[in-house]
Amino acid sequence: MYRSLAEAISDAEARGATLTTVALDLESQDQGRSVADIRGSLARALNVMRGAVDAGMTGAMRSNSGLVGGDAAKLVNSTAGPLAATPFHDILIRALAVQEVNAAMGVIVAAPTAGGAGVLPAVLTGIATARGIPDEKLVDALATAGLIGAVIAERASLSGAEGGCQAETGAAAGMAAGAATEMLGGSPRQAGHATALAMQSTLGLICDPLGGLVELPCVFRNATGSAIALAAIEMALAGIEFAIPVDEVIDVMGQIGREMDVRYRETAGGGLAATPTGRRLAKERLYQIKRA
Amino acid sequence: MVSLLDIIGPVMVGPSSSHTAGACRLGLLARGLVGGTPQTALLELHGSFARTGEGHGTDKALVAGLLGFRPDDERIRTALEIADGEGLQYSFEKTTISEESHPNTVRITVARGPRRAVMVGSSLGAGRVLVTEIDGYPVDISGNFYSIVILAADVKGSIARVTHILSNHDINIATLKLTRKQRGGDAFIVIECDDNPGEDVRDEIRELAWVRWAMRLDRVSGG
Repeated sequence: MYRSLAEAISDAEARGATLTTVALDLESQDQGRSVADIRGSLARALNVMRGAVDAGMTGAMRSNSGLVGGDAAKLVNSTAGPLAATPFHDILIRALAVQEVNAAMGVIVAAPTAGGAGVLPAVLTGIATARGIPDEKLVDALATAGLIGAVIAERASLSGAEGGCQAETGAAAGMAAGAATEMLGGSPRQAGHATALAMQSTLGLICDPLGGLVELPCVFRNATGSAIALAAIEMALAGIEFAIPVDEVIDVMGQIGREMDVRYRETAGGGLAATPTGRRLAKERLYQIKRA
Repeated sequence: MVSLLDIIGPVMVGPSSSHTAGACRLGLLARGLVGGTPQTALLELHGSFARTGEGHGTDKALVAGLLGFRPDDERIRTALEIADGEGLQYSFEKTTISEESHPNTVRITVARGPRRAVMVGSSLGAGRVLVTEIDGYPVDISGNFYSIVILAADVKGSIARVTHILSNHDINIATLKLTRKQRGGDAFIVIECDDNPGEDVRDEIRELAWVRWAMRLDRVSGG
């Protein structure tokens, strides 16, 4: 796969093609599989994503520890907020839903990781539902998201243990922003700016889950990560450009990750996990799991 | 080389690609070493597996793998109860395998009939795994390929005989590694294959006079 988004964008521009097309063509060449076969795998991933969104919205999901669950359903039933009845509200629900399913050992697509699995399905299926976008285009968007994720994996990291939450929900927001921008008719260049605009706002975000479990704050970070992606899409489609090239934003995310103290990389040694309440909850809930 | 489908995937039971999906894959590989669901299994958890494993369902995922469930199988959630029904006696211990071990490491001792095997493996993140030791022999098995694992007397020409069998069955070799603890001692051979070697291939290898045992391991990750 590409190691640079600038290179993918210039290839796409030279061919008058989308990022989806250049990504699928290169994947086909790299892996020796037909484009149709790769699209089939992506379509199956899309189905699993939808299943997770639906399962999570029922509110029946509870994590092992009981730390998270039921919040997606609360938002489904709420009209109190300023975003009520908008696609934005619906996308926040979807992000919480998928991540609650994940915490409850339900089936999800780790895209790019299990901890950041809510953002991409929320943003893509939420926009598609609001705009009546067909599945074919969603599969295209997953390919573009995969391309962006592959570049992030290559240049930086997709692991909270290596790079903090900026490498998980931050990367997920960057993938969703670029992919959705293209899905909504944006150019490859605009998709690149969308990724940069999303990722610039999660730089430095630490990975600090209570007890080291993919639960709290992960569930909420997927909702706020989706919100960041939406802001980036809105700006990029308006023609707003981010002055620092997207590859450099990705590089600096990797660099910040490498310089990040180990306490902030999924070890529960710092951040929210190390607050008095964070420590107390983790201790109580882990004790509960052992007794169950 | 990073694939799109590594990024948009795997499809898995949550909550953690390293602590759940990776753990399940390690269980699957240990199962392969005894050729089916073991009757007994001792799972020694190291580092983060020991500290946060319970909250992540690492225990369930490891046992699910031993039962032959893949990372996207929802039965992972109830794997411990299913194991009781299937006659798999498992026990968990917390340990420090070595200071240098990857934080997500497990030592699995499995037995099925007369076959017994000890495997050390780590979950590297994003569901990727690496088996680093089998029966005390250093190996590196990613689970991205079908593998044949052979313990044999250190006899000249042994590799040639085995690769000949594979080529007769039109099986392409991806990697091949031979290790031994001492000169003239037993040789431990790991062959990762692009194609799926059937049980007939394994049985043909077993018939070679100097082969003590041979097992085939499923591909547990990748595409």
